Amino acid sequence: MSSESHDAQPSDGVAQPTGDEVARPPRNDIEPAEPIENPGLPEHLPRPTDVDPKLEKRAERQVAGMFTAAIILTIGFCVAYFTIPKDAVIFGWFSLNLALGLTLGGALFLIGIGAIQWAKKLMKDHEIIEMRHPARSSDDDREAALGVLDEGVAESGFGRRPLIRRSLIGAVAILGLPAIVMLRDLGPLPGNKLFHTVWRKGMRVVNDVSGIPLRPSDIEVGQLVNAQPAVFFETDSHGHAVFHGTELLQAKAKASVIAVRIRPDDIKPRKGQANWDVDGIMVYSKICTHVGCPISLWEQQTHHLLCPCHQTTYDLADGGKVIFGPGKRPLPQLPLAVDSDGYLIATSDFHEPVGPSFPEVNQHRD
Amino acid sequence: MRFLSTHRRHPLAGYAVLLFGLLLAGALYYAFAPGKAEADTAGDTAKIDEGRQLFLVGCASCHGMNAEGIMTKRGGNYGPSLIGVGAAAVDFQVGTGRMPLAQTAPQAPNKPPVYDEDETEALAAYIASLAPGPAIPDEEYTDVSEISQEDLTRGGEFFRTNCTACHNSVGAGGALPSGRYAPPLRNVSARHIYEAMQTGPQQMPVFSDDVVTPEDKRAIIAYIKNVQAQPQGGFGGGGLGPVVDGMFAWIIGIGGLVAVSVWLAAHGARVKKKRS
Repeated sequence: MSSESHDAQPSDGVAQPTGDEVARPPRNDIEPAEPIENPGLPEHLPRPTDVDPKLEKRAERQVAGMFTAAIILTIGFCVAYFTIPKDAVIFGWFSLNLALGLTLGGALFLIGIGAIQWAKKLMKDHEIIEMRHPARSSDDDREAALGVLDEGVAESGFGRRPLIRRSLIGAVAILGLPAIVMLRDLGPLPGNKLFHTVWRKGMRVVNDVSGIPLRPSDIEVGQLVNAQPAVFFETDSHGHAVFHGTELLQAKAKASVIAVRIRPDDIKPRKGQANWDVDGIMVYSKICTHVGCPISLWEQQTHHLLCPCHQTTYDLADGGKVIFGPGKRPLPQLPLAVDSDGYLIATSDFHEPVGPSFPEVNQHRD
Repeated sequence: MRFLSTHRRHPLAGYAVLLFGLLLAGALYYAFAPGKAEADTAGDTAKIDEGRQLFLVGCASCHGMNAEGIMTKRGGNYGPSLIGVGAAAVDFQVGTGRMPLAQTAPQAPNKPPVYDEDETEALAAYIASLAPGPAIPDEEYTDVSEISQEDLTRGGEFFRTNCTACHNSVGAGGALPSGRYAPPLRNVSARHIYEAMQTGPQQMPVFSDDVVTPEDKRAIIAYIKNVQAQPQGGFGGGGLGPVVDGMFAWIIGIGGLVAVSVWLAAHGARVKKKRS
């Protein structure tokens, strides 16, 4: 290491390890000697650019060249932004996006590697060691700070005027009250909303998107129908949709169902749900009982319904039983019948809450 | 009229009237009767025979000599019955190379078709002659070159409701349990997409024409073709969305930066010679 760099170090807190420090004997019996002797810093070797002025000049030109190229690319970005049409395509990629990305990315990249080249080739690279400072302030500073505090207490009369002191404490403490009162906005409590959907006795099961009501003969063995309650496609006496906007989405989030048809011989209904299908057509909630993802990954040959979020797998031929994954409750089934016009209808709402479980899920509520 | 009135008592008059009546009835029947089933014509009979010959050589070992299916001793399905699956199922399975099956596997993969178009047609004709089933779709519903914006939007809604769960929002395909998968929909012909919806091959559910109408199916196909024709910025990554993009950015992007930083800090040329 050259002598001027040694002199340039600030004396406070920065020290160069010296030979006798390393070889220091243990101070007492408690602190043992270092098991491996501190080897100190390796010998500082200069870089090619330190010893060869030609190489130094060359590195300088390289760095400046990269920075200049970055300037050109940034200008290129601005030019590309105004000149390349938005829908032009090159190699299947949008030309504009490609050009903007390459120019701006290239400019940032060149500034970065220019800086690295500068630091590694040209900036001084001697090793320094900076020792830790003690975190404690000096005794004088501590005394002065306490003095200021005491003076403030004395001059404000905080200790002398208990009336002001207590009323201030009361005023600040009661500020917590609005925060507690506003918790009310988290409510109102859901009541029995989680236990019911818009399904009613006699409501038709219709195809999602098109709203076509379903007949048993429309549904083949192995078929999957993503279905909704008919009320989502109905209008009131003024011609407005019965459900719309947020209300529709909230109702849909609970009432969405899937209809599947399985060979009647393959079906093992859950206890008490023996006649809930129509010739092997069964309607189940589409909402996973784990955390409520919509599920319609239906394997028609295995009768397995798979949730894409966390891989809960239900066997719809076996009453919607969970056969794999984190779900706990079987998938709720909607009891089905056929109305006088031959369309599939629900005979009631779901008999259990649909969607994710919640603490009161096993309570019976009407 | 005089001719008719003078000859009305001719011995042959009765026969003439009878003949006229029969001809009239025949003409009316011909005009109003529904078109005859195509399978009755001589050309189709030949096709069915050709299909049966091909079936006996290439398919009967699994599906049975009369396409009735073969059960294993344990009651499993060695090869399913093809009675009533229709021409659409044959055209899809054979036309995409899924059948004949190369080996037993969780799922039959698509591969270059073994039978050419004429042979596939003959096989389809034979299977269709066994029992009624879904026919190969009309070109009206598989030609999506002139689709309205409205239909395209509706097709997107149907696709996202019925298909994305397995096939991904841009039809990039996806995984299913036990080595099965929903195949990517890129480069699948419109006719084969239609037939797959109609017949429900392998684990795919059926989407019958009564529920998802032929017009709806056409809209779905148009949406698939449209969304896949759009240029994707950079590497598509299966269109899986920001979570996957983020994973790659963190693991490969940030990891790469760390690796490069370490490499940069560890390297640098030094010379033994001291600066003079």
